[in-house]
Amino acid sequence: MLQNLVEINIDQLITVTHEMKDSGYRFVTLTCVTLSENMVDITYHFDKNYELKNYRIKIERSTEIPSVSGIYFSALLVENEIIELFGVKVKGMAIDYAGHLLLTDESPVSPQFGGGNITIEKREAK
Amino acid sequence: MNKTIIPFGPQHPVLPEPLHLKLVMEDEIIVEAIPAIGYVHRGLEKLTETKEFTQNVFVVERVCGICSFQHALAYCQGMEEMMSIEVPDRAKFLRVIWAELHRIHSHLLWLGLVADGFGFESLFMQCWRNREKIMDIMEETCGSRVIISGNTIGGVRRDISKELLVKVTVVADEVAADLKEIEKVFFNDYTVKHRLVGVGVLTKEDATTLAALGPMARASGISLDHRTTGYAAYGQLDFAPVIETDGDCYARTLVRVKEVYQSVDLIKQAVAKIPDGEISVPVKGNPNGEVISRVEQPRGEALYYMRANGTKFLERLRIRTPTFANIPTLLKMLPGSQLADVPMLILTIDPCISCTER
Amino acid sequence: MFEMVNSIFKNLFSKPATRSYPFERRTTFANARGQISGIEIDKCIFCGMCDRKCPANAIKVNRAEKSWEIDPFKCVICGLCTEVCPKKCIIMDGSHRTAAAKKTLDIHVQEAKPVVEKGNDVVA
Repeated sequence: MLQNLVEINIDQLITVTHEMKDSGYRFVTLTCVTLSENMVDITYHFDKNYELKNYRIKIERSTEIPSVSGIYFSALLVENEIIELFGVKVKGMAIDYAGHLLLTDESPVSPQFGGGNITIEKREAK
Repeated sequence: MNKTIIPFGPQHPVLPEPLHLKLVMEDEIIVEAIPAIGYVHRGLEKLTETKEFTQNVFVVERVCGICSFQHALAYCQGMEEMMSIEVPDRAKFLRVIWAELHRIHSHLLWLGLVADGFGFESLFMQCWRNREKIMDIMEETCGSRVIISGNTIGGVRRDISKELLVKVTVVADEVAADLKEIEKVFFNDYTVKHRLVGVGVLTKEDATTLAALGPMARASGISLDHRTTGYAAYGQLDFAPVIETDGDCYARTLVRVKEVYQSVDLIKQAVAKIPDGEISVPVKGNPNGEVISRVEQPRGEALYYMRANGTKFLERLRIRTPTFANIPTLLKMLPGSQLADVPMLILTIDPCISCTER
Repeated sequence: MFEMVNSIFKNLFSKPATRSYPFERRTTFANARGQISGIEIDKCIFCGMCDRKCPANAIKVNRAEKSWEIDPFKCVICGLCTEVCPKKCIIMDGSHRTAAAKKTLDIHVQEAKPVVEKGNDVVA
């Protein structure tokens, strides 16, 4: 269904990203999906001449993944986003927002990972 | 030299949407800039997991008001590819007509904001008066001014009759004629050129490394326009991307004004070639699998990733909007410029923060 | 330097581009989506399709009590309920809802129809 989807290991991630950068590919984005109680999978999308190449890693939520923002600077915003919304751990980013890019202090923790239980309070109209 | 930090706050008269920048300055020159977003985060990606896939069209349209039709178009195209639905030809041409009307109104809005950004309020009012004609024709053909809700999975929801199609071309011509009078002020006026020429230069190498999109990339010489891949009915229309090479604010204004004329031409071509037929096909069954769909919004290329597992609810919907990719270019352009140029630089990336944060 | 002067002179000597709303209102276009002004409750069969399809969860249909209610302040005026209704009895008006001081619900209840006595059949 997805064109050119290749599954790789987490150790190959940096080498593959370097190869893409040297062949002139543009970094489009990365997508994180919750698979189950403990597993997420992260897909990296690259583009050249309107053709996409996708690389997927499947990890446990507690593994630390290396950041690609040293190679592609524009990856830092989306990596900060998956830290907040999914609870994934990323080390070595160019700018680290420490959990305050999108969510405030009163927001639910990791809302898109299974969690995000929202309590609804009904207050009397004044 | 001592450094001061000036907050370019979330509320500012030139910003259309809240964006916070911490500017580290030495005297009047900026040394470093750190952005902070998060003032309009609504959690829409999580909301789409709780609504059925047919109702998601309405959620996705409301991500942004200025590019709302193209958001719904990307979603519907992705779902149609996943469920192998063939959209009738007339619906594809109608989608092109409404999408190009949206592009015209977005660029006219931007021209007005840039004029307001350097203080030229009467020019801002002229651009927005021109834009009212487009809003009225959208209400007449599709039902409302801003969020027109024209798309559905399998086609479009309304048809445009022959008389209304003629009226669409008449209105598009009037808009182009009015813009021809105003563009002289943007391109030849001495004070306007002083604010735009040479400000915020982005070289071609920088634009490639930072993955700039849309008019930002096209003004620096990169030929990147997703409409040339031929989705909807663009494959049957004749056009070429508008490219400039200077890479400063003046070049980006030039690109956007020329794109308005290109959109008027595309609308006239589409109205001349539109075939008769149905406007939508019924949708049966549930989606299964994963798909990526990309469209060209007024600000650049947007990517939609959808994964479904055979039930009525989608497992994951991921939206990557063009402003999300253009913000790092802002961080590259700001150091080295003057404080008075900061509003111009922020406005030239055409920031749509509600798209960025969803 | 003086490109704007033409526009300025034209604007000085022509009528304003704005309308003095609320004293002067524009006639609405046909098929414009303004508000859900109500329902022809006698035609409604209480199938509940509009309740299931509404993306904003603004409509509640109660088959047992024969009532149809809409929360007009949750409604996003998308028009999906008018499209899926099998009897086409939901009314979409072209003008927008004016502002109100309090949120209210719009409830319609179908009256019970009077029972008709069956006459004798005509014998051919």
